[in-house]
Amino acid sequence: MALNRDYLGKTFPPTEPYEVSREKLREFADAIGDPNPVYRSRAAAGEAGFPDVIAPPTFPIVVSMAGSAPVLADPGLNLNYAMVVHSDQRFVYTRPLHAGDVVTAQVTISDIKSVGRNSVLTTATAIRTVEGELVVTAYSSIVERSGEA
Amino acid sequence: MSGQVSYADVAVGAELPPASYHFTRLSLVKYCGASGDFNPIHWNERFAKAVGLPDLIAHGMFTMAQAGRYVTDWAGPGAVVVEFGVRFSAPVVVPDDDRGATISVTGKVGEKLEGNLVALALTARSGEGKVLTRARAVVRLP
Repeated sequence: MALNRDYLGKTFPPTEPYEVSREKLREFADAIGDPNPVYRSRAAAGEAGFPDVIAPPTFPIVVSMAGSAPVLADPGLNLNYAMVVHSDQRFVYTRPLHAGDVVTAQVTISDIKSVGRNSVLTTATAIRTVEGELVVTAYSSIVERSGEA
Repeated sequence: MSGQVSYADVAVGAELPPASYHFTRLSLVKYCGASGDFNPIHWNERFAKAVGLPDLIAHGMFTMAQAGRYVTDWAGPGAVVVEFGVRFSAPVVVPDDDRGATISVTGKVGEKLEGNLVALALTARSGEGKVLTRARAVVRLP
């Protein structure tokens, strides 16, 4: 069972808008154990030059996963999610996300390849404000391990 | 997290002070909730072992977040991360005890680029092994 290469290059519709909230950013910063005040205090974020509390650098994964989850679950892609391991992750930022941003995630399947018995799927997810500003692009590679390995 | 690094003061090849981050299974449970990633390999030991893992493992993105914290703590509040990428080379195993696990991060200045950008080469280890490879962050410094 190989991944369906017809999906290579396919771009999916953007997700419904996601509103970045102060409480979610605080919760995420608490969960990663990062006490940095720019994730919690408007005053600290303001001193650093931001309009509101900002998101930690890995927070955009929350938004990009919301976009990629239905794509990876698409039965036509033929991906066995139980056998998936996250292999690479990269973000390219225009600016940090901040509270008050309302963004969508749009997923493109940018690569499908075989490495030995495994398959590697790479997605590029553009996170844009509803006004159209590209804030960050998340590049994710996942490996689908073959059952026999 | 104290202090501010400036572009002018950074030298290529300079090593950043190492840092270690301790956490327990409680952190994984919190990260499941905060991230929305409820893959049972991060909270169900029985499931993790059934799929061939030694024990519960941390989310790769949790490990990446520790490396991110390392970068932003070093760079200071006036810096902005413009690029951040890693390869997850080994899982971070989190045993069911009070000590939990530790991720130790080191970094050095790989390049100084146009536009006040500095590229950092990072490593992250847990236990005996490297848990991140090809880890690189580019920050814009004041």
